[in-house]
Amino acid sequence: MVIVAEPKQVVAPGELLAEGDHLLGDNSFKVGTRIFSACIGIFEVDGNRVTVVPLKGGYFPRVGDLVGGRIVDVGLSGWTLDIRAPYEAMLPASETPGPRGPRRRDLSESFDVGDMVLSQVLAFDRTRDPLLTVKGPGLGKISTGRVVEISAAKIPRLIGRKGSMISMLKRETGCQITVGQNGVVMVWGKSPENERVAVEAIYMVEREAHTRGLTDRIREMIAKSNVVGEVARTQTA
Amino acid sequence: MPEPKQPEKLIDDKGVRIDGRRLDQLRPIKLEVGLLDKADGSAYIEQGKNKILVGVYGPREAHPKHIALPDRAVLRCRYRMAPFSVDERKNPAPSRREMELSKVIRESLESVVLTDLYPRTTIDVFIEVLQSDGGSRCAGITAASLALADAGIPMRELVAACAVGKIQGHMALDLSDAEDKYGEADLPVAWVPNANLVTLLQMDGILTINEFEKGLTMALDACKTIHSMQQEALKKKYLVIKEVAEEREETEVVA
Repeated sequence: MVIVAEPKQVVAPGELLAEGDHLLGDNSFKVGTRIFSACIGIFEVDGNRVTVVPLKGGYFPRVGDLVGGRIVDVGLSGWTLDIRAPYEAMLPASETPGPRGPRRRDLSESFDVGDMVLSQVLAFDRTRDPLLTVKGPGLGKISTGRVVEISAAKIPRLIGRKGSMISMLKRETGCQITVGQNGVVMVWGKSPENERVAVEAIYMVEREAHTRGLTDRIREMIAKSNVVGEVARTQTA
Repeated sequence: MPEPKQPEKLIDDKGVRIDGRRLDQLRPIKLEVGLLDKADGSAYIEQGKNKILVGVYGPREAHPKHIALPDRAVLRCRYRMAPFSVDERKNPAPSRREMELSKVIRESLESVVLTDLYPRTTIDVFIEVLQSDGGSRCAGITAASLALADAGIPMRELVAACAVGKIQGHMALDLSDAEDKYGEADLPVAWVPNANLVTLLQMDGILTINEFEKGLTMALDACKTIHSMQQEALKKKYLVIKEVAEEREETEVVA
């Protein structure tokens, strides 16, 4: 039970992380008793578990994930969406809210090609393409606000430990922010300026995800921009 | 441009090669990562006069669909030489040599990429030789494994590659174009350090068993050096951002 690599540091694929009976977290693999990193990322130790938090990489769907997707095709019984994964996602008409039964209307009246849709992954495994649903609060077509697309690997950092980063962003910029696990982030602000600052902050998280003291730096950046967040609003009210 | 003339001697009386290197010396290597915005991962290598750019896309949906495998990702690899990469214009059509190199490079990379994590997808590797100076398949593998890592594709480790050869009866490391053309043998080797696997081994020319063993040892030593350079290049991209960001923080605190 020896930790070889320095925790919180950048590791390359094939770098020795630890030796012995550790639990394998994401992006690590074991050869004999030695544990190696499988990708470029930050090495983290959590109790007995060794993990590499990737710095790059695409989105791989998981059941229950909230994802923002773009409609690429409208069929007779559903839609095909691009959710920035290696697989095309299907959204069946039966997974939209409203009355069941055969529909006489054209499906493109609900969602048309090019529309952004916030949805949830209903089913996915190695043998089947992801199946989506828009039944649920907040799900459906996105027609207002701004959409930011960042690398899916940076989403955990954007949320932060127990949501610290994202709740700070919401509070300081006064924007409502919805984070899709696939890297699609939706921002609704009370003014275009608030939205602009929030978007800039999100890009900053993506760029500097692996640095220390990021939350503080972003808070400072927002403070400098003179945008009135939630705290100030309650004070004036 | 005419073909460069054959040098009188590949090694002079003091044991120095035409480009001033000793027999066991690598050419200067420059590695860079993440130059292409549109590609998921990219890398660039300069090794002597070689200049090679690699772009990686994926894992992405497999097209045409029938090439997809149900249990793992398909690794596709294209090695290509630009028409202006050599002295005489190279015909841009894919040559027999390019197809062969694409295949051996793919096989060399397949042994490290964890393809079973992404069933029914493809990972595409494009190796573009902009300027060629001998040993470009090895430099291509070195850069391609870096580009794969830069794309965030899970892999067992980076592959390092280097060639050795025989010139004027001596085993020499990392042959240049002239040494490859007018030398007696060429032995490209790709090596995966932790697993201690040789994933590419070709030979052109004739070597005795002793020469082969000596050459292989030299090549593996060079691969070790290249491997640590690869790790450094891969991390450098992130360490630079980190330094800049954290330095900005410190100056702000002081101000």
